[in-house]
Amino acid sequence: MMFILKTTLELGILYSFISLALFISYRILDIADLTTDGSFVLSMAVSVALAYHGHPVLGIVLGMLAGGCAGLITAVLQTKFKVPSIIAGIITSTGLYTINLMVMGYASQISLLKQVTVFGLLRNLGFGGNWYVAIFGLILLMLVIVLLRMFLSTRLGLSLRATGDNPAMVTASSINANRMIVIGLVLANMLTGISGALIGQFNKSADINAGSGIVVVGLACLIIGESCMHGRRSTTRNLLACFVGNIIYRLIYAIVLQTQFVNVQSLRLVTALIVAIAVAMPTIQENYRQRRMLRKETLC
Amino acid sequence: MLEVNHLSKTFQAGSIHEKKALQDICLKVKPGDFITIIGSNGAGKSTLLNAVAGSFLPDSGRILLDDQDITFMQEHQRAKYIGHLFQDPLKGTAPHMSVKENLTLASLSADQKKSPFSWISRRECEEFQERLKTLDMGLEDRMDTPVGNLSGGQRQALTLLMATIIPPKLLLLDEHTAALDPKAAEKIMKLTQEIVEKYHITCLMVTHQMKQALHVGNRTLMMNGGKIVLDIFGEERSHMTIYDLMEKFADNSGDVLEDDRILLGK
Repeated sequence: MMFILKTTLELGILYSFISLALFISYRILDIADLTTDGSFVLSMAVSVALAYHGHPVLGIVLGMLAGGCAGLITAVLQTKFKVPSIIAGIITSTGLYTINLMVMGYASQISLLKQVTVFGLLRNLGFGGNWYVAIFGLILLMLVIVLLRMFLSTRLGLSLRATGDNPAMVTASSINANRMIVIGLVLANMLTGISGALIGQFNKSADINAGSGIVVVGLACLIIGESCMHGRRSTTRNLLACFVGNIIYRLIYAIVLQTQFVNVQSLRLVTALIVAIAVAMPTIQENYRQRRMLRKETLC
Repeated sequence: MLEVNHLSKTFQAGSIHEKKALQDICLKVKPGDFITIIGSNGAGKSTLLNAVAGSFLPDSGRILLDDQDITFMQEHQRAKYIGHLFQDPLKGTAPHMSVKENLTLASLSADQKKSPFSWISRRECEEFQERLKTLDMGLEDRMDTPVGNLSGGQRQALTLLMATIIPPKLLLLDEHTAALDPKAAEKIMKLTQEIVEKYHITCLMVTHQMKQALHVGNRTLMMNGGKIVLDIFGEERSHMTIYDLMEKFADNSGDVLEDDRILLGK
């Protein structure tokens, strides 16, 4: 039981950065950024490859930056060449598949056997006992959340939010909307990169298919968190919702794994359904409301 | 301060939809001028404002602001010096951001010395509250309300405040009261005059109301078919009635003013 709780917490924290990334791209900028699937694996590959050669800490940093570069490509396609945002993400993601193979030395998987990871370093320090991953992850996550919260009330952060909120207003203002999209997507993919880099070293392996569907999982966590936290009102709550959502999702995942309530292979389908229903909910409610009003009118 | 030299723009040139929106417009605006612009639909009033704001590049001609050539400057760069209000009150504010956040954004982006990572202090926030009080709409107590929950009049008042929180060199008002109910429109118009007067902002205002065109500001332009057909100021303007204006218009453009919105708007 303790073990389940520990794994839940660890994975929940490490994957939270993806939800933060999606909060920035999907909620703030209103862009469905499909680069995520590719940039996640890219950062994972970079991180594990560097750890393999004995540079675990550098691996995390460069993994994060590699994710940012992937975001930059999508953003340039979208702003300079007017490629529709979803297509731009798919193009980058598709191209990244080959890049990721290259990073991993044209192997579909690389594993760390005896090489040390950042988590290994932490364990050697004797930091946090058995819970070192969760504690380190949580400190890092809270640091990122605090920094993001501060960033979002600066001029740049507010401009970013306005860009997604009211494009008409931004066109007539002194905000360069294209630059905001570039900054937002780079930032989002850097966050995804943190997740990828950490998870790669946590699992001691990088797999070329590790990223498939990760954007939907991240979105599911974001939405679960928002509905639990009654988010979408204050920015602080929204950011914390990413963390809460991930923990809940991983808890469900762990319960499913343990009880075989649904078999593990079907979990993706359940995730997809959660996201589909959650995203469709406002429209369903609106339709229902309208139909009820219509019925009332015909009765009168 | 603002100089428009031989400005021309044709939309969809060469097609059957060709529209000569601006034809050889020349205009010199003095500092502190409050100019009203009137004319029928499609006369080029909004197009002139949009050209000054930089929504499109003109086919020919030059635009100078304080002797600086801004003809090819991008819209968002000009926006540091030029405030622009539209008819649609939803266009000027971000609905999911609070009153405070909208004001903060406006104030921080209007100040060129501020770094991208700058934020506002508590003292500045109190200043915003003071400024909101001058609107007399109770917005000072709703600093944390999302702007989307406000009424059209309140949103337009906020937009006006945002555009002038750091007074711009030039304020462009594109029928900014036309979509509001009469009471709110009157209120916004009063506020506009107060703010423009207080900070000596140079202002161009498009309006559909003859009375407003004559009684607000110090100079009136009348446009037709992409040209300025009438330019009245000073002594001549102060004695002018709406009927004189219509007569003048007919003389100068060889056209009868036949826009219902103008005639009916008193």
